[in-house]
Amino acid sequence: MIEVRDLSKRFGSTTAVDHLSFTVRPGAVTGFLGPNGSGKSTTMRMIMGLDHPSGGSATVNGQPYGDIRRPLHQVGALLDAKAMHGGRSGYHHLLCVAQSNGISPRRVTECLGLVGLEGVGRKRARTFSLGMGQRLGIATALLGDPQVLLFDEPVNGLDPEGILWIRTMLRRLAHEGRTVFVSSHLMSEMALTADHLVVIGRGRLIADSSTADLIARSSQGYVHVRTPDAEGLALLLLAAGAVVEGDGDTLRVSGFDAAAVGELAAQHRVVLHELSPRSASLEEAFMELTKDSVDFRTEVTAGKVHAA
Amino acid sequence: MSITMADRPSAHARATDTIGLANVVHSEWTKLRTVRSTYWTAIAAVLATIGIAIIGATEYVHNFDPKNLEGFDAANFILQGLYLAQVALGALGVLTITGEYATGMIRTTLTAVPQRRFVVAVKGLVYLAAMFVIGEVISFTTFGIGEAILHLKHAGVSLGDPHVLRVVFGGGLYLTAVGLLGFALGTLVRRTAGALASFFGVLFLPSALIDLLPNSWRADAIKFAPANAGTQILNTYRNHDMLGPWAGLGVLTLYGVVILLGALYLLGRRDA
Repeated sequence: MIEVRDLSKRFGSTTAVDHLSFTVRPGAVTGFLGPNGSGKSTTMRMIMGLDHPSGGSATVNGQPYGDIRRPLHQVGALLDAKAMHGGRSGYHHLLCVAQSNGISPRRVTECLGLVGLEGVGRKRARTFSLGMGQRLGIATALLGDPQVLLFDEPVNGLDPEGILWIRTMLRRLAHEGRTVFVSSHLMSEMALTADHLVVIGRGRLIADSSTADLIARSSQGYVHVRTPDAEGLALLLLAAGAVVEGDGDTLRVSGFDAAAVGELAAQHRVVLHELSPRSASLEEAFMELTKDSVDFRTEVTAGKVHAA
Repeated sequence: MSITMADRPSAHARATDTIGLANVVHSEWTKLRTVRSTYWTAIAAVLATIGIAIIGATEYVHNFDPKNLEGFDAANFILQGLYLAQVALGALGVLTITGEYATGMIRTTLTAVPQRRFVVAVKGLVYLAAMFVIGEVISFTTFGIGEAILHLKHAGVSLGDPHVLRVVFGGGLYLTAVGLLGFALGTLVRRTAGALASFFGVLFLPSALIDLLPNSWRADAIKFAPANAGTQILNTYRNHDMLGPWAGLGVLTLYGVVILLGALYLLGRRDA
């Protein structure tokens, strides 16, 4: 269990994390979602005791990180795939980390096997591909068999096979009853992996709910209609209580499903050339959710948000 | 394969203990011995010191003139290469800690052992213990070789002569004290380039800048410049314008200790 209470972090005049509160529970993958620069990494670093909060607190299993006695047995983290010395072999990297918490060399070998690196454990880490580096980072996190795991953008830059491997690993860890907290700036990735989502923007909490609820709540479905009598149908729909936006011979109808629009058109003998339900994509839903809290937004994406 | 540890019960029994000194010594020793730069710098330091002793002593024997024996400090002459070795081993001290910052390993280290000052202090002690052993090996081996060459013209000295054992043993101590200075500055500055520059600056610049001081201060200031103070241990005959051998080494060590304490204080306060 990870508990973040009223957590803040200021760097000079910039507020990176702003009175953030949420709880990450065991037995589920909790996604930590937000645009780049929204404060996800800073929050994770504060949970791990690397950055000092300007205010509030973060605890793991009820303790501030610095008070945990053999932290690797309670918390494992992949904050940065490159958090290792490139000149050291994968085996020796794991070994020196393990020894600091009194973990046996046998477990080191076991962890190399868990992430599929048993064949390359003696190679120097600098020769590893990005995916292999991520796997070694995950092996480091698993060394002490911890109940709480944090992963910061674990799929960044990985190929599809690597992404699938990490997704499977995260689900498996949660299935074993562990607390799994994983950050991403990709809503689509989180939709596939996370049971629960904590969404932040500009360091503030935007949403904290189950993935299914969040998608249902934030994706604005609509019905796309094309008809020679757009004006007539629009008036009928508006009279019936729908929300309608028109553009030439097409209408965008919200508040009614496709069946209701079709029936209304049939009753009034309006010819339809096209009738299809549309749902906003997950990425659009995410952008809608965070659009007021993105620091740097290009005009192109801004236009897309409004067109959607 | 299960993710769970095979030896889980014992692992969890131990999970309630605090991290002990032995754990961190073990871990830091593994770190030091599993990167190649440790071996390269040690080998470079050994070869430089011995090489310079062989060249110097051979040259001396070749152009031997009994008149030069007056005031000749043979032990110091043989150990001239230590001035080069200190550069390599001090830089290793810097890199031991800045390497962790440069690669991001420091974040792994500090999450594994959140007692920051403890883990970095132990890292320093492990490095210094290794420096002491390497330093003494270099010093005694070089002395043995140089002395054997000088003995060809009966210009040599032996460890039994007055102060010579102090000079040779002091060679290893001097390298260790310089290593402490490198490690301390690496911990303070954190970035490799800046830390190396400040290491060379602290070691060499004060001796050079002292000429800029008013005359009345110069005599006192020159004694306390880190390199001037520390190298007195390498002189068989005391230079009375300078600090004594042990006081001088003490002053050099004190520079390292003070900088390291400041760096450890900041380590606890800064974001990693």
